[in-house]
Amino acid sequence: MKTMHKLGALALSGALALSASAALAETIKIGVSYPTPTHAWAAGMNWHAEQAEKRLEELYPDVDLILVNSPDPNAQASALEDLVSVHQIDALVVLPFESEPLTDPVLNVKKSGALITVVDRGLSQPGIEDIYVAGNNPELGRVSAEYMKGRLSDGDNIVVLRGIPTLIDNERFDAFMAEMDGSGVNILDHKHANWNRDDGFEVMQDFLSRFPDIDAVWAQDDDIAIGVVAALKQAGRDGDGMFVVGGAGMKETIKGIMDGNELVPVDVLYPPSMIATAMDVTVAAFKSNGPVAGRYILGATLITPENAASFYFPDSPF
Amino acid sequence: MTDATAKSAPKGSLMTIDLKTAGPAIALFLLCVIGFLLNPAFLSEGNLSNLLTRSAFIGIIAVGATFVITAGGIDLSVGSMAAAISGVMIIVMNTAVETMGPGVSTVLLGCGCSIVLGVGAGWINGALTTKGKIEAFIVTLGTMGIYRSLVTYFADGGTLSLDFAIRGTYRPVYYGSFLGLPIPVWVFIFVALVGWFLMNRTAFGRYCTAIGSNESVAKYSAIKVDRVKTLTYVIQGLCVSLATIIYVPRLGSASSSTGVLWELEAIAAVIIGGTVLKGGYGRIGGTIIGALMLTTIGNILNFTDMISNYLNGTMQGLIIIIAVWLQRADWGAGKAKAQAQKD
Repeated sequence: MKTMHKLGALALSGALALSASAALAETIKIGVSYPTPTHAWAAGMNWHAEQAEKRLEELYPDVDLILVNSPDPNAQASALEDLVSVHQIDALVVLPFESEPLTDPVLNVKKSGALITVVDRGLSQPGIEDIYVAGNNPELGRVSAEYMKGRLSDGDNIVVLRGIPTLIDNERFDAFMAEMDGSGVNILDHKHANWNRDDGFEVMQDFLSRFPDIDAVWAQDDDIAIGVVAALKQAGRDGDGMFVVGGAGMKETIKGIMDGNELVPVDVLYPPSMIATAMDVTVAAFKSNGPVAGRYILGATLITPENAASFYFPDSPF
Repeated sequence: MTDATAKSAPKGSLMTIDLKTAGPAIALFLLCVIGFLLNPAFLSEGNLSNLLTRSAFIGIIAVGATFVITAGGIDLSVGSMAAAISGVMIIVMNTAVETMGPGVSTVLLGCGCSIVLGVGAGWINGALTTKGKIEAFIVTLGTMGIYRSLVTYFADGGTLSLDFAIRGTYRPVYYGSFLGLPIPVWVFIFVALVGWFLMNRTAFGRYCTAIGSNESVAKYSAIKVDRVKTLTYVIQGLCVSLATIIYVPRLGSASSSTGVLWELEAIAAVIIGGTVLKGGYGRIGGTIIGALMLTTIGNILNFTDMISNYLNGTMQGLIIIIAVWLQRADWGAGKAKAQAQKD
């Protein structure tokens, strides 16, 4: 009678709890699907996912995490089907390649009864995911602007190097411009450097030829910042309080901040480790006694010499 | 084709040939005027030296591409090849620094490695096209994918970075200068001169042109077609490795985003310069101007905020098409063209 009562209460607490109680007897299978790493940030994400898998499986012997990466949206859709049919997953952590083509495949996984966690890139239909974990692009722009405003004064000049023309880039740029508005700092021009070292180098060379007086650079991204720094050093304009603000949290950049690099004194976090956060939260959905469904927007933390050590992962490729 | 035009229009021929050779140079000159009008800093010494240095990568690769295209081939793998060679160079030098130290010998080892790889990769492309009898487009599309994924694999998806100790030794190869000109520009000039000599003053250059115009006729004329064609790919590979040797010291890193679309830029430079895409006619001098033009367009777009950033590709496309139209269109020789087409 008591057991019956308990079971009834569990059923009432929803599908989430039900799947948890059913899985208690056997292993909890969680599929983790993301794009094949083709650039440094994604490689860092891959590394953090593998670390989280090791750590969580050690902590919970009944949890089985299945990591799958796919080279394109179609392959990812097939991988999702396999996770359901072959592995019969209880939950899915997915960083969609693209929003549109993966919305239906993820919806199908949800129909199989699995808990859905979406990471970084949202789906094009609301309400599919139970848990959402993402970085904060507008906040990255705002935090960068706040720092630069604080160090510059009225009439100072800056240039901006942007990423690949995408929604992400626009969100960062618009928030940066909004925060800079009314500060009296002149934004001389902004050009796309495609989150790429070579483009960062060439665009900055041209900015340096074009503008004789630049006080600081917003490079938005750590890769662009590396190109910018090389161009500044080549032109011998890396002194006089010049500083460059990147973004993401590349290990070399963070190491530089810890060592007191004056040219790149801070960084703004857009962490590849967010996949690990998503895996933690998803496992917690089965293990925690508190509710976990909801939206987790990670902070765009300003990394300074004081807090840099907690964001430094020397073994990660990023 | 050129002969036919010349014969059937003896009066207009002078003008046609003149425009054909001078077209790209005129377009480049006009671009420079526009650049200067937009911002006088365009002609500053610093900017001109940046421009020339930047053109060196695409320019050197494009000299090699001129031979491949003149002989009727195509090489799509050069960008990925450059990325893969940079990656291996960095790995080799980083490993060697432990035993050989951060001296010149380590850098020379890296450069030697680059040349061996470039020549080898070029030979593979050439042998697969000639001995394997696979279309060059497919062979090099295949190797393009292979080299690109190899560099991603070597870098573990991330970025390969050159050891800081060697950077100091290697840095002058990109940032240093000799007689006022940056080293990469000297390499560019050297490659261009050797290329020009090979193309215009040796039997090899004439064989390339002959094979590109008509491969069967070339074969019956006792030209060793397979050997010459393979050699064009080997030259291309060598050019890629030279470009890589001056590219690596710039930022000291290689990743999967290194050299993306260089193949198309090199081919564009070759065609802008007046070489015919289907082969049979090649111009090294034009290729150099084509490479300079491509870099100048990007440079000018960075010098103005009059054009929306999103339209950069549109401007580049328009200028490329206009430049080629300038040299191909028949200026006042319409009748001659019609007759030539009949022939």
